[in-house]
Amino acid sequence: MPSTRCEDGPDAGTAGAAASDRIYLLGLADDALIASHRLSEWVARAPDLEEDIALANIALDLLGQARMLLGYAGELTDPVLTEDDLAYLRPADEFRNAVLVERPNGDFAVTIVRLLLLAAYQYELYAGLRTAADARLAAIAAKSVKEVAYHRDHARLWTLRLGSGTAESRRRMETALAAEWPWFCALLGDDRADRSCRHWVAEVLGTATLELPEDRVATPSGRDGVHTPDLDAILAEMREVTAAHPGATW
Amino acid sequence: MTTFEQVIEDLGRVEPRDAMPDDYRATLIRQIAQHAHSEIIGMQPEGAWITRAPSLRRKAILLAKVQDEAGHGLYLYAAAETLGVDRADLLDALHTGRQKYSSIFNYPSLTWADVGTIGWLVDGAAIVNQVPLCRCSYGPYARAMVRICKEESFHQRQGFESLHALSHGTPEQHAMAQDALDRWWWPALMMFGPPDSASPNSERSTAWGIKRFSNDTLRQRFVDMTVPQAAVLGLRIPDDDLAWNEERGSWDFGEVDFAELAEVVAGRGPCNAERIAHKVRADAEGAWVREAADAYAASGGAR
Repeated sequence: MPSTRCEDGPDAGTAGAAASDRIYLLGLADDALIASHRLSEWVARAPDLEEDIALANIALDLLGQARMLLGYAGELTDPVLTEDDLAYLRPADEFRNAVLVERPNGDFAVTIVRLLLLAAYQYELYAGLRTAADARLAAIAAKSVKEVAYHRDHARLWTLRLGSGTAESRRRMETALAAEWPWFCALLGDDRADRSCRHWVAEVLGTATLELPEDRVATPSGRDGVHTPDLDAILAEMREVTAAHPGATW
Repeated sequence: MTTFEQVIEDLGRVEPRDAMPDDYRATLIRQIAQHAHSEIIGMQPEGAWITRAPSLRRKAILLAKVQDEAGHGLYLYAAAETLGVDRADLLDALHTGRQKYSSIFNYPSLTWADVGTIGWLVDGAAIVNQVPLCRCSYGPYARAMVRICKEESFHQRQGFESLHALSHGTPEQHAMAQDALDRWWWPALMMFGPPDSASPNSERSTAWGIKRFSNDTLRQRFVDMTVPQAAVLGLRIPDDDLAWNEERGSWDFGEVDFAELAEVVAGRGPCNAERIAHKVRADAEGAWVREAADAYAASGGAR
């Protein structure tokens, strides 16, 4: 069994740091895992074949990020857990994902707005983490930021198309933005990365001639383990097969 | 200048700008479109299991596989378009039932074991059908098939490996794998089409270098390839007539129910209506998105 940080730590202070790192990692991992789940619901039902491929590709990138982060978080857990232990056996109230990513898909405008906000947020986080003292996290961030840059650009291009495409697409984007914005605000603080994320989103919306919604913070954010019933539904579906065969390997 | 007949005789490649008989063009459009439709309808039975895959590794493999199928659909529609048709028209023909897709995707995927079984048997049968198409006389189709066959062979191995985990897992997992094989075996054999004695277009397609081997030849090749793999899996092929024929150096197998195949092809299989309804609904729900993208492009928006 690989040693955990807690065991390696020279003192109780390090164990505390490992616990908070682990929770931080779970937040990143769960955002990616749950967003990937929602995007994969689009498979075989996207607006066209190219978009089916693009959304599946983004879902796959996010799943890859979730696996790396969960694997790492699992090693920081005592006793050590695998990525699948954390994905398939962890209680819902230990999930740290943003509520933003657990909300049901809705129409394509909702998916694009949510991807725009998530990717903008992840981009800043990963970009900053590239220089983290934790070399393993820095390596994960360096790989992920390249993927997220593509997701962010994909969502940006669709925001421009839908924002000024037709009256209907514009109306749907306005509705989606109004509904998702408070969940995005719930994620943001006031540090440099968050300000930079907001600034980028505001620029995109401006170019798309979409109005920036007024700030309002929805609760819960999801970061403290409090979620909506939508997460329970996601986890029930994700675990449908494994729950019927406890202890089996796949 | 080389004539069409000369190219065919020399086993050369016909390219989009070359002169070709109208029937050759029409046959290829029908076949390539049907093949493309099969790839995209084929995303449904497996795609439904992505969110329920029992490990993150299996989930990633399945997501990548279904994405590959969408990619195959894209290459194939592009190959068909070199013959002067439009993807939107081909999709319309699919939605209205004027063009078909592989009969196999009209069977339901009931358990997780179906995902592995589809990879093993359905992709396995597709490979047997498609490898000869890499040498088909129409250049764009042949080249698309080279790339597709490489990916299909990954899918087949991944399906086998996934099923192996089940057949060597708990008794319940083994039973799930056997049940999936019981349900998919005969439909997989039907993927090779009607028997040679009742395959109306085969002769002409063979003369044109589109088809290289007969339906029954390919079906036998698939059985011979698959029987030893079932033994490795420790699963029983649901055919009491299956027996090694020393003289032929091949496996004898039971009668395929071609009446069932005819029913499914005629649109009366277990999931025909559901598959097309799903596709039509997705298409209708995406109409406003495509309209917006077109309007944006027409207005000169930077894409």
